[in-house]
Amino acid sequence: MYVILVGGGKVGRGAARDLIEMGHEVCIVERDGNTAWSLNNELGEVALLGDGAEIHVQRAAGMTRADVVVACTGRDQVNLAVAQTAQTRFNVPKVIARINDPRNERIFRSLGFHNTISATTAIVSAIEQEVSAGLSRLTQLRSSAFVLAELVIPQLAPAVGCQVRDLNLPSHTVLALIVRDDDEPEIPGPNTMIQPGDIVIAVTQPQHESGLRAALTGET
Amino acid sequence: MRVVIMGCGRLGSTLAQELDREGHQVTVIDIDAAAFNWLEEGFRGSTIVGAGEDVEVQQAAGVQRAEVFLALANGDNRNAMAVQVAKHIHNAPRVVARIYDPERAEVYRQLGINVVNPTTILDQMVREAAFGEDESNRAAT
Repeated sequence: MYVILVGGGKVGRGAARDLIEMGHEVCIVERDGNTAWSLNNELGEVALLGDGAEIHVQRAAGMTRADVVVACTGRDQVNLAVAQTAQTRFNVPKVIARINDPRNERIFRSLGFHNTISATTAIVSAIEQEVSAGLSRLTQLRSSAFVLAELVIPQLAPAVGCQVRDLNLPSHTVLALIVRDDDEPEIPGPNTMIQPGDIVIAVTQPQHESGLRAALTGET
Repeated sequence: MRVVIMGCGRLGSTLAQELDREGHQVTVIDIDAAAFNWLEEGFRGSTIVGAGEDVEVQQAAGVQRAEVFLALANGDNRNAMAVQVAKHIHNAPRVVARIYDPERAEVYRQLGINVVNPTTILDQMVREAAFGEDESNRAAT
């Protein structure tokens, strides 16, 4: 596949290295001369010097034949502009945008960009996962209102020993998977018994996360 | 009408003061507080320092209550993002973006945004000034 990365910082560089290794054709558009030079030095002739939000630069990069465009600069307004021109002007089949400020996730989504990556959100959720014994959100499920959440059942949780059917689960919530240390992962049914230490993967909506956490871990 | 203007440069400040004199309720956003020096003393509108494409800065500027949002900062990308935030998040009924790049202006028009493209306007005016109206049309064809 032909992949164009706009932005040759840490994200663009790392992605380029992996994509080249996987055998893809890669072009990095980078507006800083020194950065472009060091990219070429490290990865071979991959960098195109220029402002990747400019349409003539996008054309020079070969956006008309790109299979994937990744807008991964450190500025959200640039990433949005790149994503929109790639999609509208060049009909690129797959456009991925990096979001730096999580507050901008809303605008990207309302403009139809669901293929987004946000390091800040990923780091925050990893921290939450480490810190809280309760529930951590793994990911939002594409364009839907649903999220995937992970919960670990504490020793003394009220749910321990209960069957799934007896749990007081909030609406719009389904327990999708239970993972136990020495067992096969199990798709829970109504009769499945909750045990301490269970890792439960659930599909829910953000507004029902606290209800789900209360039902399974007893934490509010 | 309630008007929020992003970018207090030559154009933004001129427009802000005109609209203020005409009795509109004007708020100006600029990323640099020094830009408000463009506004003369009699200006009755309000000013907000911040990035005009930021959802929360727009909220503080009252874009959710405004009838008109104008993005007149210097960067095309910034202006384009700002009007889309105003339109899709704060439901501003009327938004206009200044986009210098004619090609990008066309893309945003396709996306349903009101765009003013100074480059093509000036191009035409310079032609007319240099060649006269008829000649400039002929030169263009």
